[in-house]
Amino acid sequence: MTEGIYQPSDLQLGRIAYRRRQAIRSVLLAALSTAVLGVLLAVLITGAPGWDRVRESFLDPSIAREYLPAILKGLWLNIRLFVVCAICALALGLVTAVLRTLRGPVFFPVRALATVYTYSFRGLPLIITIYLFAFGIPGLRLQGTPNVTVLGGAAITITYGSYIAEVLRAGIESVHPSQLAAARSLGLSYRQSMRHVVLPQAVRRASPALLNDIVSMQKDVGLISLAGPIDAIRAAQIATAETANFTPYIVAGVLFVLFALPLIGITDIVTLRAARRQNAGT
Amino acid sequence: MVSRNTFIAAGGAVLMLAAVTACAPADEGNDATPTASASTNSCPAGALQTKTAGKLTIGTDNPAYEPWFSDNKPSNGKGFESAVAYQVAQRLGYAEANVTWVSVTFNNAIAPGPKAFDFDINEFSITDDRKKAVDFSSPYYLVRQTVITTKGTKIASAKTIADLKTAKLGAQVGTTSYQAITDLIKPSTQPSVFNNNDDAKAALVNGTVDGIVVDLPTAFYMTAAELKDGVIVGQLPQVGVPEQFGLVLDKDSPLTGCVSTAVDQLRQDGTLAVLEKTWLAQTGGAPELT
Repeated sequence: MTEGIYQPSDLQLGRIAYRRRQAIRSVLLAALSTAVLGVLLAVLITGAPGWDRVRESFLDPSIAREYLPAILKGLWLNIRLFVVCAICALALGLVTAVLRTLRGPVFFPVRALATVYTYSFRGLPLIITIYLFAFGIPGLRLQGTPNVTVLGGAAITITYGSYIAEVLRAGIESVHPSQLAAARSLGLSYRQSMRHVVLPQAVRRASPALLNDIVSMQKDVGLISLAGPIDAIRAAQIATAETANFTPYIVAGVLFVLFALPLIGITDIVTLRAARRQNAGT
Repeated sequence: MVSRNTFIAAGGAVLMLAAVTACAPADEGNDATPTASASTNSCPAGALQTKTAGKLTIGTDNPAYEPWFSDNKPSNGKGFESAVAYQVAQRLGYAEANVTWVSVTFNNAIAPGPKAFDFDINEFSITDDRKKAVDFSSPYYLVRQTVITTKGTKIASAKTIADLKTAKLGAQVGTTSYQAITDLIKPSTQPSVFNNNDDAKAALVNGTVDGIVVDLPTAFYMTAAELKDGVIVGQLPQVGVPEQFGLVLDKDSPLTGCVSTAVDQLRQDGTLAVLEKTWLAQTGGAPELT
């Protein structure tokens, strides 16, 4: 038996060389086809007869610079409202989901209430809910009515809470009943087994759908502008009306996408990790 | 032998090329220089280059507010702007039966782009920025922005602009009323912006804003007929060029000259003054804010 460092055979060397050639060839081909497509698109778009007018109307850098601070100020409202509403909606959704999965006839009214809540607020358009909360409730002239931003945020929280409740309920019900049975047989009470065994698994299973709902909420938070506060899109609308140019909308759109990118990236990573974990061993 | 994939690629390229040429802007052959010769009539009565030959299409918003229109039915000829529109149509040679109304939101009418109307009448103030996107006719009404509120709010007895600085004001988005707040009053709290005057009015009634800014005739109508205990705080001062309403037409529309001439005729023979007295009679005597 010869000991010593592994020496690849000529055949193996040939295989390695072939694979390297193929890799280089595919990278070059990808670069070439991307370049060809890029040039083609650039020529087609900038060569189109209406391009100058489109550029003036949608991509005016001086207007973008002039109105960027106003749109950023509006975006700050979006961000603050989003953080608060997301946390509250998650909490509300969790509570509702747990209430809906309570078993036993004595909890029937609680389950019914939770069911009515999820059915009605998933059906009601968010715009109507915001109008009712921000224009209807102050109209009652009750003592201590909060301002319209809080009321609008409450409308968004309650609507998205119902979506999140259903997603979490699906997660809870997807956890195999043997988990609960095993936990109970170990002596954990129902509450303890939910808290330590079922809910962690449920949230992990539901996290891709949950994060998707959160990303969607990020944009719907802008509907608060119906009630009066100026968010990023409303600031863009005001700027567009003042200048008769659509560039502010493009600026607001780009800012929203940039703002959403981290969350979308996290969603992808979490989804991948959850899938890998759940399918471990296969 | 040409492979099937090459055919598919070539077909795709042809389709893309066809789509791009189809996206070319509309033929601009008819923006010829306007004929200025006195001998030919450039405004043939009833035969202008309208959207539909022989018919005049006028745009306005829905709902159409009082006292500019009546009962949200622009075609009934009641209300100042409805009356002015029909008078202009008559001078252009279009009888009442040949006038059709279309609904166009306020912001869409002054945005760049082709229009679904021949002209739009909806309390549009003439501004230089808007002129970049649309054509305006000669002005038909001199407008003042007015602050209104309800009895008992903290600005109900304000006399100067400085008194309004700490108030929460509101206005419709994209209007010169909103610009009056940000340019003239400059309050310390950000003003509330609403999609339309109905929402602004609801916010005022609820007390979520202290006051709203609208034009003078709307202020009179709202405080008299629509708001309970409505109060006119005062008219805002005219700064610079006086604000005037004009009819909105598509940019470089062939009708702009003719429509402007018609409005000028209405002013010169006193029709506009008569219509103002008929429909806007109660708009007098509002206090002025200094």
